[in-house]
Amino acid sequence: MTKLLILLVLVLAILAVAQLARVYELTSKLRGKREEDISPADNRMNATLWWVFMVVYYAFFFWLMWAYGDKMLPVAASEHGVALDALLNFNWVILFIVFFITNTLLFWFAGKYAYRADRKAYYYAHNNKLELVWTVVPAAFLAVIIIFGLRTWQDITGPASPDALQVELYAKQFDWTARYPGEDGILGATDFRLINGDNPLGIVTKESITKRLAELAADKAEIDSTLHHAILPDGKVDELHAQMAKIDRQAARIVNLRTMMEQDMAEKGDASAYAHGADDVVIKEFHLPLRKEVNLLIRSRDVIHSAYIPHMRAQMNAVPGMTTSFKMVPTISTDSMRLVMKDEAFDFILLCNKICGASHYNMQMPLVVEEQGTYDAWYAEARKKPFQAPPMAAAPAPPAAAPTADSTSTTVDSTATAALKP
Amino acid sequence: MGSVATAPHAHAGHAHDAHHHEESFVSKYVFSQDHKMISKQYLITAIVMAVVAVIMSIIFRLQLAWPGESFAFTSFFLGEKWAPNGVLDPNMYLGLVTIHGTIMVFFVLTGGLSGTFSNLLIPLQVGARDMASGFLNMLSYWFFFLSSVLMLASLYVEGGPASAGWTVYPPLSALPQSIPGSGAGMTLWLVSMAIFIASALLGGLNYVVTVLNLRTKGMKMTRMPLTIWAFFVTAVLGILSFPVLLSAALLLLMDRSLGTSFYLSEIHVAGEALDHVGGSPILFQHLFWFLGHPEVYIVLLPALGITSEVIATNARKPIFGYRAMIGSILAIGFLSFIVWGHHMFLTGMNPFLGSVFVFTTLLIAIPSAVKVFNYLTTLWRGNLVMSPAMLFSIGLVATFIAGGLTGIILADSALDINVHDTYFVVAHFHIVMGMSAIFGMFAGIYHWFPKMYGKMMNTKLGYAHFWLTFVAAFGVFFPMHFIGLAGAPRRYYSYTEFPMFDGVVDLNVLVTIFAILGALAQILFLYNFFYSVFRGPKAVQNPWKGNTLEWTTPVEHIHGNWPGAIPTVHRWPYDYSKPGKAEDFVPQTVPLEHGEEEEHG
Repeated sequence: MTKLLILLVLVLAILAVAQLARVYELTSKLRGKREEDISPADNRMNATLWWVFMVVYYAFFFWLMWAYGDKMLPVAASEHGVALDALLNFNWVILFIVFFITNTLLFWFAGKYAYRADRKAYYYAHNNKLELVWTVVPAAFLAVIIIFGLRTWQDITGPASPDALQVELYAKQFDWTARYPGEDGILGATDFRLINGDNPLGIVTKESITKRLAELAADKAEIDSTLHHAILPDGKVDELHAQMAKIDRQAARIVNLRTMMEQDMAEKGDASAYAHGADDVVIKEFHLPLRKEVNLLIRSRDVIHSAYIPHMRAQMNAVPGMTTSFKMVPTISTDSMRLVMKDEAFDFILLCNKICGASHYNMQMPLVVEEQGTYDAWYAEARKKPFQAPPMAAAPAPPAAAPTADSTSTTVDSTATAALKP
Repeated sequence: MGSVATAPHAHAGHAHDAHHHEESFVSKYVFSQDHKMISKQYLITAIVMAVVAVIMSIIFRLQLAWPGESFAFTSFFLGEKWAPNGVLDPNMYLGLVTIHGTIMVFFVLTGGLSGTFSNLLIPLQVGARDMASGFLNMLSYWFFFLSSVLMLASLYVEGGPASAGWTVYPPLSALPQSIPGSGAGMTLWLVSMAIFIASALLGGLNYVVTVLNLRTKGMKMTRMPLTIWAFFVTAVLGILSFPVLLSAALLLLMDRSLGTSFYLSEIHVAGEALDHVGGSPILFQHLFWFLGHPEVYIVLLPALGITSEVIATNARKPIFGYRAMIGSILAIGFLSFIVWGHHMFLTGMNPFLGSVFVFTTLLIAIPSAVKVFNYLTTLWRGNLVMSPAMLFSIGLVATFIAGGLTGIILADSALDINVHDTYFVVAHFHIVMGMSAIFGMFAGIYHWFPKMYGKMMNTKLGYAHFWLTFVAAFGVFFPMHFIGLAGAPRRYYSYTEFPMFDGVVDLNVLVTIFAILGALAQILFLYNFFYSVFRGPKAVQNPWKGNTLEWTTPVEHIHGNWPGAIPTVHRWPYDYSKPGKAEDFVPQTVPLEHGEEEEHG
């Protein structure tokens, strides 16, 4: 009801403005003024307004700085983040100076040189020396900005050291999963066709391949039996045949994968990428040890996501079909940050920063940064637990037209279905 | 009357008067081949599209300020399906964000801005009877109209309009399983854009040919007004970049409908592994931004061209550094083709490639800085007539400064890591591209309204419109920098799920209030515009005392633009307040006096 009233007020306001404009126009017509002419009073008024605006503009700027300066991201909690903030502040200094000089000149001139009939503009068409000055001076400043910027960029994007902790962040609509290597310290190979409820990341092992092939065979048998025992419309029959063909294609590819795996393991033994998956830890928690370099390996199951940890100044897209990476060294633990922020409930957050669907705005996972000892204890505990998909109560269900899992889907994927069902 | 209209109108009417053929309603107002009428058609279509896009922005701004609240405004426009109990649906939120961006970038600031003013001004300012091909020009408008209709129609399909953001990155845009808007809505989006691109190409080819071939006697390239230079370079950019978007769209259509895998690989969605392997979603981003970045300048350059002209005319002073201005337009045009990767620093692209894009992107700041300093010097010791067009032009310089400077942060790949896809980006491009371009468009409308409609707009309403819009523009987009620096991502339906954003949520309320103010201010404009079209006072031939050729044509539109021979040009267009002249302007048609030096800027 209040909203209706607001709407009513808005409509009336619009009508009032239109009517006022009309009345104003009629009265000025009566006074014999031509509204399309620009009078000396108009020039004076607008000249003053430029100056007023300049003051208000700067005041607004400083008010925002004063009122919200402390609500920006706090001190960076990673090694490169500190360097990045220093670079940002250096840039701000240059930009603020340019901002105030150019804007002050602009608004000052706009107010000062308003039209007067007794004055003639200064005929000044060009000056190559001046042009040269304001080509070379910005170029020099930009060169400095580029050099500092690229140096930082190189440090951040350089290769991770070989003994960095490898952690995978796996994105899908609309949650994150982490994967830690087992004792071998290496993450095993994955294949998206192996994904199912027990193996949400599609880790390649002999067992996961056997299990997935059996699942596909069971799915095919079920469709086959439906075809034999039910009376179906032609369209449905075609659809089921297409599904069976698809299962065959997938199974054939998985058999290929198995052959490749076996060859590779025969050739390389323990060095094979396929030899490392069995002991990987897949978990819906994200812990990192303090002051240890971590190489985040980022992947996606469905659409593009972006792994963004604002407090770490870390971000990298998760792109289906490829692995991206971002290395960093956390320097502030969650506990210390809680003290800094004076907030007991504070958590570092990994959030999604690339539009990915209806619940994009709530695709998050807390990050716990802790001392090596605490981390080791957590890791030991995590290794004991088999992967458990947590209840998906967190994801707010899109009310209308939610993308629901196809009921005829040949694959049973408990996590995906749970995520997608309202 | 000698050589009248080049366009064939043999079919129309029999009664010839002195200047033009009598025409039927259809050939005059609907399938017109006259560039002046086509420019008005573009403008009116763009205004309608802009109103739709502004209403969309108010709907999602309401949601962002008061998440989960029920609004009669929202349910009035969206109905029960997309706004159950007046609360905006998250899928529709993404749909509105997507279509708002698409309409504003392509339909208002490309079709509307370039279409209106290139059409109106190119023949009038270079001294041509009409465009090189009136027929292609008409076709260009009607393709634009058709694509506008299709884009609006996509709002009404099952599943809603395209919702993957205006950049429509696959796989989100390719898979209806991932978001409902990627069904029929996305197909319509792609078809609409394909037609739009055809329109942009037909228009662009016409502009280029007209500028190169149909200039009047004496109109050397270095005597052209900066508007024409801007429209010319814009058209070249469009011709070179839009076909790339067309190919990107076609490949996406094929991935969606024919089972190809240009952009898709190893995807497991809605509980099912897809057959697609071998493609790359990053390929789409390269193709998209190869258009997408020049597109920014396709939007911006015409606005800068208009501003150059309006500032010089109203400052009663030559534009400072005419040749440097041309040089910077050309430099910006060239560089805009080698910077697209700065949208993709965080896609896993090779970091060294990223470094190259940092370098080229920051180079663009140099010609941009030259332009700003030249505007400042033009204003310096000028005699500034505060027409509404002049106010919008000065406003453009302010938004160009504010938005351009934050571009330096975003172009720095290292800094981009932490502001990429946050509200900082939203603030940046809305100020530098959105506001600057729309201010340029308003400046153009106020300045050339007398030429378009033969009437004058109300100046006082123009002042109110400008100051409210100007204040609202900064009120809306300035605080967004702060929201972004707090780490808040763009395209979020609400920020209530993250305690870390609690500190800046009240800024969202402030932003929305200014957005509503800004939208209401446009009602003043719409009223002023349509009232003046019909009831405005009659214009004189040269109301702003301009030098350029369009002010030598009669107030009443005629076919062929000039009743007699096309005037000959004798000087550059910026002889304002030239020493030794009685008047403070010397039109281009006035021959040089004996011993007078021609100025080249």
